[in-house]
Amino acid sequence: MILLWLIVIPLIAGVLAWFAGRWSALAARWISLIAASVDFVLGLILWSRYGSELHLAPTHGWVEQVSWIWVPQFGIRFHLALDGLSLLLLMLTFLLGIISVLASWREIQDGVGFFHLNLMWILAGIVGVFLAVDLFLFYFAWELMLVPMYFLIAVWGHENRIYAAIKFFIFTQLSGLLMLIAILSLYFIHHHLTGVYTFEYDDLLGTHLSPHTALLLMLGFFVAFAVKLPMFPFHTWLPDAHTEAPTAGSIILAGLLLKTGAYGMLRFVLPLFPDAARQFAPIAMILAVIGIIYGALLAFGQTDLKRLVAYTSVSHLGFVLLGIFAWNTWALDGALMGMIAHGISTGALFMIVGQLQERTHTREMDRLSGLWATIPRMSGAALFFAMGSMGLPGLGDFIGEFLVLLGTYEAHLIGLTIVAALGVLASTLYALRFIQRAFHGANSNQWSVQDLVPREVVALIPMIVVLIWLGVYPQPIFNTFNSTLTKLQQYTVRPVQNSQGPSIMSLLPLRGDRP
Amino acid sequence: MLHWLWLIPALPFAGAFVLIVFGPKMAHKAVAIIGPGTIAVSAVISILITYSFITSPPPDHVFVQNLWTWLDVGGFHPHIALYLDALSLLMTLVVTFVSFFIHWYSTEFMLGDEGYSRFFAYMNLFVASMVTLLLGDNLLLLFLGWEGVGLCSYLLIGFWYTDPVNGRAARKAFIVTRVGDTAMTLGLLLLFTHLGTLNIQELMHRAQQQWPVGSTLAVWAGFLLLGGAVGKSAQLPLQTWLPDAMAGPTPTSALIHAATMVTAGVYLIARTHALYSIAPAAQLAVAVVGTATLILAGFAALTQWDIKRVLAYSTVSQIGYMFLALGVGAWSAAIFHFMTHAFFKALLFLGAGIVINACHHEHNIFKMGGLWKELPVAFWTFLIAGCSLAGLPLITAGFYSKGLIIWETRAAEHGNQTLWILAVIGVLLTSLYTFRLIFVAFFGEAKTHVEHKPGYSLKVPCIVLAALSIVGGFVETPRFLGDIHVFTDFLHNALPAVVEGHATGMSELGSELWVTLAFVIGLVVSYYLYMVKPSLVEALTAPAISKALHRFWFSDWGMDWLYDHLFVRPVVWLARIDRNDIVDSFYDGLAFISQVFYRGLRTTETGRVRWYAAGIVLGSIIFVAIVLFA
Repeated sequence: MILLWLIVIPLIAGVLAWFAGRWSALAARWISLIAASVDFVLGLILWSRYGSELHLAPTHGWVEQVSWIWVPQFGIRFHLALDGLSLLLLMLTFLLGIISVLASWREIQDGVGFFHLNLMWILAGIVGVFLAVDLFLFYFAWELMLVPMYFLIAVWGHENRIYAAIKFFIFTQLSGLLMLIAILSLYFIHHHLTGVYTFEYDDLLGTHLSPHTALLLMLGFFVAFAVKLPMFPFHTWLPDAHTEAPTAGSIILAGLLLKTGAYGMLRFVLPLFPDAARQFAPIAMILAVIGIIYGALLAFGQTDLKRLVAYTSVSHLGFVLLGIFAWNTWALDGALMGMIAHGISTGALFMIVGQLQERTHTREMDRLSGLWATIPRMSGAALFFAMGSMGLPGLGDFIGEFLVLLGTYEAHLIGLTIVAALGVLASTLYALRFIQRAFHGANSNQWSVQDLVPREVVALIPMIVVLIWLGVYPQPIFNTFNSTLTKLQQYTVRPVQNSQGPSIMSLLPLRGDRP
Repeated sequence: MLHWLWLIPALPFAGAFVLIVFGPKMAHKAVAIIGPGTIAVSAVISILITYSFITSPPPDHVFVQNLWTWLDVGGFHPHIALYLDALSLLMTLVVTFVSFFIHWYSTEFMLGDEGYSRFFAYMNLFVASMVTLLLGDNLLLLFLGWEGVGLCSYLLIGFWYTDPVNGRAARKAFIVTRVGDTAMTLGLLLLFTHLGTLNIQELMHRAQQQWPVGSTLAVWAGFLLLGGAVGKSAQLPLQTWLPDAMAGPTPTSALIHAATMVTAGVYLIARTHALYSIAPAAQLAVAVVGTATLILAGFAALTQWDIKRVLAYSTVSQIGYMFLALGVGAWSAAIFHFMTHAFFKALLFLGAGIVINACHHEHNIFKMGGLWKELPVAFWTFLIAGCSLAGLPLITAGFYSKGLIIWETRAAEHGNQTLWILAVIGVLLTSLYTFRLIFVAFFGEAKTHVEHKPGYSLKVPCIVLAALSIVGGFVETPRFLGDIHVFTDFLHNALPAVVEGHATGMSELGSELWVTLAFVIGLVVSYYLYMVKPSLVEALTAPAISKALHRFWFSDWGMDWLYDHLFVRPVVWLARIDRNDIVDSFYDGLAFISQVFYRGLRTTETGRVRWYAAGIVLGSIIFVAIVLFA
């Protein structure tokens, strides 16, 4: 039942905040903050209850479930289930949920009630995505995230918000439709084979598909998740949406919505279509590596602080995608760590950029310069998270990126590893440029603004602590992930390079040789 | 006693933490106690540990302190563990000791700077990272320290951040060293993939067992780690960042960019010496890189007018000697030179700091002159350090360490005559640029009025380091000069002795005499050129060819220019033209096409019934035609 509460609490809180917002903006904020915190505490309770069990990798995978019949005629169930992967991403969701409420405390002054309704419903949708194991319910939650996000950008966004919101909506909606087609096809094929109508994840696993069909259906899922991730060349909605969204929107977009794409890859693409995914892996990995370099290069070229941070996501999520499709223990663990660490460090960077914009009313790097002199604490925090973003050892991102590189190298994809490693180098370029243009240099515009206020400190300190924790003692994360990892690895009986048919990889000089 | 080992990195970390969080509100006095204080305690602990290590050595002369398991993923389980043997102990001792004196010096040097606490926070963080680098028992932990010192180096070069020039130098340093780090990362991946561990000792053991001498993988691993080392230690072809790094405060240059961080590459190679001994090609590359660097940087140093840049090129050149020693297998000789170099080069920078402060922040040596009377302590200590750098025979530490390297270049199995000749020429260059610096800056007529006299906190560290620049060499002397081998004996459990080669046609005494000769020639020539007949210098530099050569050397053989055109500009250009993301124009195109269709279709919606009727008729005809004829 606790799983249901995780969704219901933000749903109800959203409605309450909407009503409360008519009388008092502060009440709406507090309701959201309390709801996110309660969810966070519930998450902690779940973690402490099942942490050790997940480490031991239970055979059935799920440690907690809610399963009700929803539409019996079509075999649709309201089925939520929890394993290590969803638990970790839920913790990230609740943490960033709290942060984004805090981040919009002063920024949002109009329509506060409705804003928090949207915010809470996005969270509920994300929680639903991470928990749903009925494919219909999953699709439902997937779309549920989308609509309030659209409003968040279109109503509270910056100058170019309508364009960005529509672009975001069209990209996600179209790719979501592909996934719907794939889900329905899988549903009917499964019925054809077994005579049972079901959207149940566990039942659909291992459905026998011809290689051709499997590839097509896999692509339907893959494109939906790749757009969310975002993978090159589907990334172009991201900078606009991230840049135009209000701070909370950017934090949730970068920290959570992108993770739903990676989550979908791990939860659906690989387990449902292992052979097709393996066949497709070379292309996915090449696109991932292109994304790593291309995203970093574009981030380096930006003059708008928020756009810069937005493009870094393309680069970082490239590592995640690479890790997922390199598909061994190191790479998968690295991908997971990359997801979590990116959520923290990029979320924090968006928060800081938002705070800057709140104070200076600009995001243009040419106008911001030498801010260290006036806001040393915020500058120090920005430096810290920029270092996280460029993969400095001791912080979470490094663990993720190093493990992905290790896994890729272990999979004998040396060419890809080298290019991806150059991506780490490229991250130095944009991270240092970010620091230089905004915080170092002479304060030639005579900025004199307020440094971090206690509310902002309260929001940033947990992120700093978590990022260091992930960097120096990430093992609890890996332990919790262990159950999911074990399941995923059952599909890796054959390593990548033995996939059937001539793979594109054999055309490229990417393999190393073991002695 | 050994169990206190973890405190050596932990204390500076704690100091950095306190200074970052509370520093801005602290009084200068409190900062000056916490910053150097934590380092002092670390230094004392390392002395106690050294004492305990010598008097009651741990089993196998190795002590491992396992703190916690960093991560454990699919057989990859690096620990946060400290590894203490003679090598890491010695370097930790030198680093904490020199750091303490430089911190002490900084308490006065940085006084009145608005970033006082920030400076000490960075410096403490640096020491902590450096010690982590030295004590890490696996390559991943070493890499953590490695990147940590890189970060601190970046922060301290750009310490005075309001000047964009400093920011550029800082970014250059970080990015160039990270180029090397990328190679090193790949090296780590290769080593783990093929040997299944990153624990250094285990790694060396397995490498020697599994890889035959000269195996491709060993050579690759050697080259990739060398890539990291040349970045951090400013060797060819990644040396270009170090001279610019002089933009940082002078104590930073002394600590990070002379005494400690830049020798991390030397440590890395010494630490993994077993790998290099089965990768002869990589080891030869180390020697060649070192030799080429020491010569090129020597010429570059000859032409500089900025006191700190002269010293920077000199550092590059001296680390070249250490690489040369590593390359010929004289492992402990490299560490010996690291130690003496840490003393005299740190001292040279500290002296330069006093001089620069005294001369109204003037860096140009040709605008100084005559300082020996005004700044006696600075002068005498600078002179001692300079002599040690140039290798004044018999009494200075530099003579013994450099002489040992040069002799081993000839005598060791991997040594050869060409390298030896170049190394001796290097001595000549060192002597030339060192005495040029001393004569121009301290002698002749005074060109600036000295106003800022150093206090005790500036002078005492200089005097201590001056003493060490002399006595530091007596722990290892040639056969004909006492035959003392305290240093190599101390290290012999960690670093193997040199494998002597065959007949070389020269004795150790002969080699030392050549070194002495080179030193004397350098001294005499620069005395003649800068003290006796300065007009000759102008006559020499007047012709077009020597002007061009001067410019070429001054710009460090044009390598900055080359990299700028080869890498920097293309990347910046690409980033700039693609700022709006070419990929997006595809989607814009789609949007545009649908708009065109929309407009086209909209024009058909005219509201005139005649047109609609015509449309219906035309459509029906086409439809019927299709049905009939298709």
